[in-house]
Amino acid sequence: MSEPVALKLTAKDFKSNQEVRWCPGCGDYAILAAVQGFMPELNIPRERIVFVSGIGCSSRFPYYMNTYGMHSIHGRAPAIATGLSTTRPDLSVWVVTGDGDALSIGGNHLIHALRRNVNLKILLFNNQIYGLTKGQYSPTSEVGKITKSTPVGSADAPFNPLSLALGAEATFVARTIDSDRKHLQSVLRAAAEHEGSAFVEIYQNCNIFNDGAFEQLKGPATRDDSLIRLEHDQPITFGRDGQFCVVHPPGGFGLEVRETAATAAEEIVVHDATITDPAYAFALSRLPGLDLRNTPIGVFRSVRRPSYDSVVQEQLDAARATVTEPREQLFAGLLHSGDTWTID
Amino acid sequence: MTKKIRQLDRVVIRFAGDSGDGMQLTGDRFTSETAQLGNDISTLPNFPAEIRAPAGTLPGVSSFQVHFADYDILTPGDSPNVLVAMNPAALKANLADLPRGADIIVNTDEFTRRNLAKVGYQANPLEDDSLAGYTVHPVALTSMTVGALADHEVSKKDAERAKNMFALGLLSWMYSRPYESTLRFLERKFATRPELVGANVAAFKAGWNFGETTEDFAVRYEVKPAKMPPGTYRNITGNAALSLGLVAAGVRSELLVFLGAYPITPASDILHELSKHKRFGVLTMQAEDEIAAIGAALGASYGGALGVTTTSGPGVALKSETISLAVALELPLVIVDVQRAGPSTGMPTKTEQADLNMALFGRHGEAPVAVLAPKSPADCFYAALEAARIALTYRTPVLLLSDNYVANGSEPWLLPDVESLPDLRVDFATGPNGEDGATFLPYLRDPETLARPWAVPGTPGLEHRIGGLEKADKTGDISYDPANHDLMVRTRAARIEAIPVPDLEVEDPDGDAQVLVLGWGSTYGPIGAACRGLRQRGLSVAQAHLRHLAPMPANLGEILRSYERVVIPEMNLGQLAQVIRARYLVDAISYNQVHGLPFTANELETMLEEVLKNV
Repeated sequence: MSEPVALKLTAKDFKSNQEVRWCPGCGDYAILAAVQGFMPELNIPRERIVFVSGIGCSSRFPYYMNTYGMHSIHGRAPAIATGLSTTRPDLSVWVVTGDGDALSIGGNHLIHALRRNVNLKILLFNNQIYGLTKGQYSPTSEVGKITKSTPVGSADAPFNPLSLALGAEATFVARTIDSDRKHLQSVLRAAAEHEGSAFVEIYQNCNIFNDGAFEQLKGPATRDDSLIRLEHDQPITFGRDGQFCVVHPPGGFGLEVRETAATAAEEIVVHDATITDPAYAFALSRLPGLDLRNTPIGVFRSVRRPSYDSVVQEQLDAARATVTEPREQLFAGLLHSGDTWTID
Repeated sequence: MTKKIRQLDRVVIRFAGDSGDGMQLTGDRFTSETAQLGNDISTLPNFPAEIRAPAGTLPGVSSFQVHFADYDILTPGDSPNVLVAMNPAALKANLADLPRGADIIVNTDEFTRRNLAKVGYQANPLEDDSLAGYTVHPVALTSMTVGALADHEVSKKDAERAKNMFALGLLSWMYSRPYESTLRFLERKFATRPELVGANVAAFKAGWNFGETTEDFAVRYEVKPAKMPPGTYRNITGNAALSLGLVAAGVRSELLVFLGAYPITPASDILHELSKHKRFGVLTMQAEDEIAAIGAALGASYGGALGVTTTSGPGVALKSETISLAVALELPLVIVDVQRAGPSTGMPTKTEQADLNMALFGRHGEAPVAVLAPKSPADCFYAALEAARIALTYRTPVLLLSDNYVANGSEPWLLPDVESLPDLRVDFATGPNGEDGATFLPYLRDPETLARPWAVPGTPGLEHRIGGLEKADKTGDISYDPANHDLMVRTRAARIEAIPVPDLEVEDPDGDAQVLVLGWGSTYGPIGAACRGLRQRGLSVAQAHLRHLAPMPANLGEILRSYERVVIPEMNLGQLAQVIRARYLVDAISYNQVHGLPFTANELETMLEEVLKNV
């Protein structure tokens, strides 16, 4: 194969002619800019890129991308994108969704797309609130959340989106943050390179209905001691001075945070996203508490498993390879199969 | 001994037994033998939803009725001339349908005190005079089968299970059926267990020879081949024909066919059949639910495939929101509803045509789609092709309303020339369509079809966004403009109404009928048979049958107004009648039956005779 021709696209090429209509200060602007800035790296012609979304603030995303796009209905984007991706392996198909769209009304489609390992890049903008319907709690809101629909506090426990995706055995699971463009783009890069479903949770600030939800991870005073930046093949340490680390205590199922100074170097977990057993990445996903301390970001899991699309395509190719006659003739044969009789 | 041979013009046989007795298979084989002989045929399977209902009980009875004749027939027959009852439950469940004088062949081995008690027989009906009005042939089917297989290396259970082949052998002898296809079938079916091929063939032959030798069967019957148009035929069920129609749509459009489906009775067989045809470029996906099934199909259509989803009524309800999205997106999509008795789970294996309202109106917003319905098993092939043609040409969802009766019933099908099938090739958008020669307008319409361009991802220069939000005319941009919404709503309605459909044809051989019977879907056969019965008695009646329910034929109003009375028989509570009354202000008589079974020709004939008297 010859080297692909560099298309020399820029972020500007990916901006559509539509006026962006999110609230001023919304985290979605930063994500849009980061995605538009990243797209040229793909070196894929714009016509072969498709963004499919459901309903919600984040789902307006396709209108602002100068690619092909579909703004569909609530929760169904993974299902629609599955049909598109399966029949069109030549396309790069991205799903943009939110915490309500993906985890509430569309929960079923999300987990089944992940278990099938459909070749989709799924970006879940998690702001822990319903924005477009004006401020009800979401399936990722903390217990006791006071909103318009829960005036004395919500009674239901939230999903941890990454734990859920890992439970469905997603082959690629990552988390990033709207305001950290460099990190966001590094995660998009890894997701784009992955064959199969890539699930990316993006912490996104809704400055109208849930402002500051992720402040702990953004403010200069707290972020370094709260964020765990996962790097493949590197010991997991974090904190302003690397004073914290992650260990796997003997006898326990999960991972724990310790003081680095009091921990032997060989006890510190070395991050490996390629571990086949999803239990490791699951344990990572359980590290943060409700206060967002010990929140890992980066690629939790990246393992190889044939995508649904490739298996289906192989079956299709194998069946077509047995065909020697024109389709019309082949079909006449099918019509005349079984017990037939002739009347003169 | 030589038996008398009597010629008959038509016979109706019903095979009935426990759901584990293999009655559907027995009926299928008898039908196939009959087709080989060249009779016209119509069949009606009738079985419970339970896979294995408690053995020997009334709810567990499964039956298969086959009507064959030396002339063209329209229905599986109102009442059987022959009932094969494999146990007391089968006798009890079916006796009321038999006319006096009918032949009853019973498996006496199953008429034990315990089995009789299970279905509430106080005394053995074979031993009192309760069956005096019928010709009863008591046959020890099970024990004779086991006896015939004494030398075969099969278990007692397998030997007993072969009793359906004994019964088939006996009936095949009685009606002089050619049985080579059944022997070939048994070899295929038990290819991996040759001992079962031998046992089942031996059971079949034992049944045949029993007929030949026993004095209880003094007469053998023949039904001569029917005069049918020349050509090659096969017997086909509606679900099989519909599947082949969808494969044909792929062949004639040169598009990939993508079926998204979730298993549901009685539509699952279409998924099973289409999953075998990858070499034709047919992809099937068993989705996680009904909504995903149609979503994936719509996604495939967006990408340039023919998206199809198959289901029954409960599934259509779940798909409703996505159908509305497809209306807004103006993409091709075929939705097949194999109707069953509702509401809710209802009676999943029984027929009904009560989803017409849902097909026409069951969506949010003004969301018109094209709707059509096949009239017979073989017609399912052409209806599927027509649904695909409308979807592809007019870029719209199309609802195809089959039902359990045509889906599982069968009839001979004169196989078409592939070249004679419609050319369904489409033109995808390849470049700008704006007046400036540079702009692409995804909602600029073809003036003739009112369809918008089908610009699939991968086409350079036509990148655009579509979605469920109201779109501005031509540009497809998001629009909240009041006048634009009004225009778009009216345009979506107009473009469905403007789909040209063939004029309605009226069958009125006498030419002086004052009463028109209007039907749709699977009632075609029973209505036709009833009209034929009336005409044979010198009464005039006209019949017309709607295949296209949205849009309706342009000449429908004129036809309706040219008759004194219009009668609309439906297996619902009057859904088409309501539409006809509302649209055409015709005071139609709505005649309804919701037994979960097709109309009998006899009940329609009786009803129509009353109407004729009062004109």
